[in-house]
Amino acid sequence: MKVSIEINGTTVSEEVEDRTLLVHFVREQAGLTATNIGCDTTSCGACTVLLDGESVKSCTVLAAQADGHAVTTLEGLRGEDGDLHPLQRAFREEHGLQCGFCTPGMIMASASLLDHNPKPTRQEVRDGLEGNLCRCTGYHNIVNAVMNASGQEVTR
Amino acid sequence: MSIVGTRVVRIEDQQLITRGGTYVEDLRVEALTGAVHAMFVRSPIAHARIASVDTSAALEAPGVVAVYTAADVDLAPHKAGPVVEPWLADGVVRYVGEPVALVLTEERYQLADAAELVDIDYDPLEVVASIDSALSDETVLFPEQGTNVLSPHGGEFDDNAFDDCEVVVTRTIVNQRVAPAPLEVRGAACAWGEDGRLTLWLSTQNAQISRSTVAKGLGVDPAEIRVITPDVGGGFGAKIGTDPESVVLGWASKRSGRPIRWVETRSENLVAMTHGRAQQNTVTIGGRRDGTVLAFRLEVVQDGGAYPRATFLATLTELMATGVYHFPKVETSSRAVVTNATPIAAYRGAGRPEATAAIERAMDLFAAEIGLDPAEVRRVNFIRPEEFPYASPTGANYDTGEYAKALDTVLDAAGYADLRAEQARRRESGDPVALGLGISTYVEITGGDAAGESGRLLINPDGSVTAYTGSSPHGQGLDTTLTMLLSDQLGVPMDKITIRHGDTDEVPKAVGTYGSRSLQLGGSALRQAADQVIDQARALAADRLEASPDDIELNAEDGVFQVRGAPASGSVSWAQVAEQAELTADVWFGDGAPTFPFGAHLAVVEVDTLTGKVVLKRIIACDDAGPIVNPLAFQGQRHGGLGQGVAQAMLEIMNYDADGNPTTATLADYSFITAPELPDFELVDSETPTTRNLLGVKGIGEAATIGSTPAVHNAVVDALSHLGVRHLDMPTTPLRVWQALTDARKAN
Amino acid sequence: MIPVEFAYRRVSSVDQALAAVAEHGDDAKLLAGGQSLLPLMKLRFAAPEVVIDIGPLEELRYVRAEGGEIAVGAMTRYHDLHHDPVLAEHAPMLAHVAGSVGDQQVRHRGTIGGSLVHADPAADLPAAILAVDGVLVARGPAGERRIPASEFFQGPFETPLAPDELLTEVRVPVQDGAGWAFEKFTRRAIDWAIVGVVVAGDAVSLINVGGTPLRASATEAALAGGASAAEAAALAAEGTSPADEAHATAEYRQHLARVLTERALVAAGR
Repeated sequence: MKVSIEINGTTVSEEVEDRTLLVHFVREQAGLTATNIGCDTTSCGACTVLLDGESVKSCTVLAAQADGHAVTTLEGLRGEDGDLHPLQRAFREEHGLQCGFCTPGMIMASASLLDHNPKPTRQEVRDGLEGNLCRCTGYHNIVNAVMNASGQEVTR
Repeated sequence: MSIVGTRVVRIEDQQLITRGGTYVEDLRVEALTGAVHAMFVRSPIAHARIASVDTSAALEAPGVVAVYTAADVDLAPHKAGPVVEPWLADGVVRYVGEPVALVLTEERYQLADAAELVDIDYDPLEVVASIDSALSDETVLFPEQGTNVLSPHGGEFDDNAFDDCEVVVTRTIVNQRVAPAPLEVRGAACAWGEDGRLTLWLSTQNAQISRSTVAKGLGVDPAEIRVITPDVGGGFGAKIGTDPESVVLGWASKRSGRPIRWVETRSENLVAMTHGRAQQNTVTIGGRRDGTVLAFRLEVVQDGGAYPRATFLATLTELMATGVYHFPKVETSSRAVVTNATPIAAYRGAGRPEATAAIERAMDLFAAEIGLDPAEVRRVNFIRPEEFPYASPTGANYDTGEYAKALDTVLDAAGYADLRAEQARRRESGDPVALGLGISTYVEITGGDAAGESGRLLINPDGSVTAYTGSSPHGQGLDTTLTMLLSDQLGVPMDKITIRHGDTDEVPKAVGTYGSRSLQLGGSALRQAADQVIDQARALAADRLEASPDDIELNAEDGVFQVRGAPASGSVSWAQVAEQAELTADVWFGDGAPTFPFGAHLAVVEVDTLTGKVVLKRIIACDDAGPIVNPLAFQGQRHGGLGQGVAQAMLEIMNYDADGNPTTATLADYSFITAPELPDFELVDSETPTTRNLLGVKGIGEAATIGSTPAVHNAVVDALSHLGVRHLDMPTTPLRVWQALTDARKAN
Repeated sequence: MIPVEFAYRRVSSVDQALAAVAEHGDDAKLLAGGQSLLPLMKLRFAAPEVVIDIGPLEELRYVRAEGGEIAVGAMTRYHDLHHDPVLAEHAPMLAHVAGSVGDQQVRHRGTIGGSLVHADPAADLPAAILAVDGVLVARGPAGERRIPASEFFQGPFETPLAPDELLTEVRVPVQDGAGWAFEKFTRRAIDWAIVGVVVAGDAVSLINVGGTPLRASATEAALAGGASAAEAAALAAEGTSPADEAHATAEYRQHLARVLTERALVAAGR
């Protein structure tokens, strides 16, 4: 079937198998490889993108379900002026990433979290990111990054 | 002002936060155009004879290019320890997850459809599903070995070793099997070029070791293979070198005439990537009631899994058996067993977490037996600062350490006395939420392989620097750390320095990254290469400045060569000398010796004694690996280490049932630690240098994992001690805590 | 990771959905949020030939107070339930439970209808609906029928819905002023309940101590007879048959049922 999805502001229209997962559409058809696959049980969150502005695990959405909708990935997070999104800036500043594999999904999940809750507590950040696994950082600096991006104080 | 020791955000991050890393699955290179996709068909059963394999239906499936089995793979066999590990299972399968067939299809989405059609008939055999079952030799898995027990070591025990002890405690404790589970699973891509060379893109920690492995497996000269390491999404020891699958893929690419891309699923990864830990340790500790330990015995049994790829782990455990203590009498032994489970190999700490977990649990058992505070008992037995360098009875040679200071710093930062008071208050009031305090004081061995590392430097004509390191970072931020060091040493701005690694054509000889060796050895190699290049440059600058080379010095702050004491007489820049002649040095740094980072951790847990639920409230950690080069990266390694160490103590276990079926084989079932389970970490710094390498540093990569597991474990036992619990095995899940409490109640 | 091939069909109204399920019967599965169905399909535990996407059915996304009842459209997402002002006012327990399902990403897709029809014995919302004696409204070729929650959960993943029926709505009595509590016991925050307890007024419902959510009838009877929270909770495990698993034995689960029921009753003000 033909699937058309607006990804980071550009419509990508391709003929794909009906069973195509959104994450594969993003990575293969749209050629955007920042979004990663880390599991096969909807557990790790590495594939998190925004679908119509809200975080979803793109491995557990069919591309067909997103047909006619809008997707934002890490590659589309920068402003039109090219400036880094506050989360991108903050993740680097706070060393909220090491190997980087969980990072695109972590940042997109954080973006959605802050959208719903602009000034979360540290515990709310931890709870809000329960669906995003990281093996490298122990999460502490990820929490710092989200707090930083939200304009709140970070005590390192 | 030197940049070394200051917090520098990472060079690596610019790409990672905007476009994402380029991991092996992300590669879009010309050589992989037209690549087929690969999937291994894996055994669903722990031990069985392969009665038949029928690939005919699979071969008919859409897009199938080839289906290979053991009968097709005409490579010389290779061994795991003393036994042959087949490239694809041949006649028998020995663990759930073992590769039995390889399917190649044109499109990724065709793989699982085709793999399902490979029809394999298994005749079940008796399963050896546990260490105890293996030790009994009731079913011998490799009849030609005559026993399941391999690599026995040590064990010459003195029956009278504990005679002069007032108190002796002995217990067998389990260091459970865990899954390394990096976020990026294993993956590879390969293509044979027209020049007959194989290019292999590999998610690995060691491109050069991988090249040797694949060359040997394929029976070709290593020069015929190029291994390129893209970005790697975590390794933690489980991506050391490469697994047999990579050899099979290289072979299959040749046989089919097509480039191949392979990535496993997470469910495959959890059963087919090597597991970690899986030891059973019997500790016997004896001494006086004043806390002095007089004798310690450690008996290690290492579960090697189905193919014993890494039995050296148990000998590392023996090596570090006595930890931070000086004991008059020490006896150790180790042996490995084969079982019908996933092979065991290195996982963050690789043999040392097991040693620390054993001795730290033993110290607490001893302390409980004599009724002394566990901190006090540790102090009595620490190796004293004046005893360094310390030759342990187990053959380790510790460089430097300040164990009492580390413990005191942590207890102070934690408010230990107040915490004990709170614990007492809760016990008195019968509070069902118990407070537990757990201490661990640890030392570990880094750069322990004593194999050295390569470093090559090139000053480009424009004065920029290209540095080639044998190290192979995969998240540690080593590019930034090395850049800082080179910038400081050479006086070249950081943005004019490029670090290259992971490509065997650019770095032909190297060991790579494991055992927390990279900064101390890779960094020392580049330090040495930079020294040589500076000398070369000084000679050239001397010419230009018409002075003797001995009178020329590098003004590292401005990055220019000048006559010492006479800066006004002229400066020569790096670009100026580099234009004149090639400035390069290629070094193998082999002068390093193992180093011994150390520290102390205090864990504070709350245990709901009605449900068994454990919550880690605080963890205060001191991890000393010598001078800190980049505090940002250094802290990150400690945080990540803490996360994994806590995870093993509290949550994670790769569980097998009695039939050898893994019951925690998906990320939904395997209790991979998540953000809500961890508190903010409280770190205290300490920097005790070493003289064993040019940088005076030790390795931090594994230390916090090693220290934190026993701290949390001890804390849970401590929380329950007033209710009669002396020990429970990790992970301290609610069920296990509840069972321990129930058993203790019944025993009273 | 990759589902077995299927034909994807999308419908944009309840009538179209009913026509589609009538046409395909057993060969088809309805796809709402996909957070239960797609994971099963990716592991190939489910392999429908046809997948009917009812995502566009906006007509089934609502929360309305209607007389003494709240009507919740079956396609209402967990996230929207969690933040819904009508639920917050009239059935805060439901809003709270919806907010504890899965994680943020799952809650942006998963629906109450999907959860109830999937009928996983370890799920939270079925027990919540059972506790408030909700009514599930299904529409099929023969028209509409209303199924009480007590008859809806027949076994693990088993409901009385026919393949040609669509769950359209869930109706619950307004819960104004009723004490409520929710205790969900897990190893990690993200995990399914090892055991869970929902208290809503005089009702106590248990999660994952049998093949379906269960009302703790012995506890409820004791409470009605004037027993204290502790006395009533001591009976919570009666009639339960929890699974015996490596990480949670049946005996442990029954113990948890008792402990959590007491905590929930106390939290609910009993």
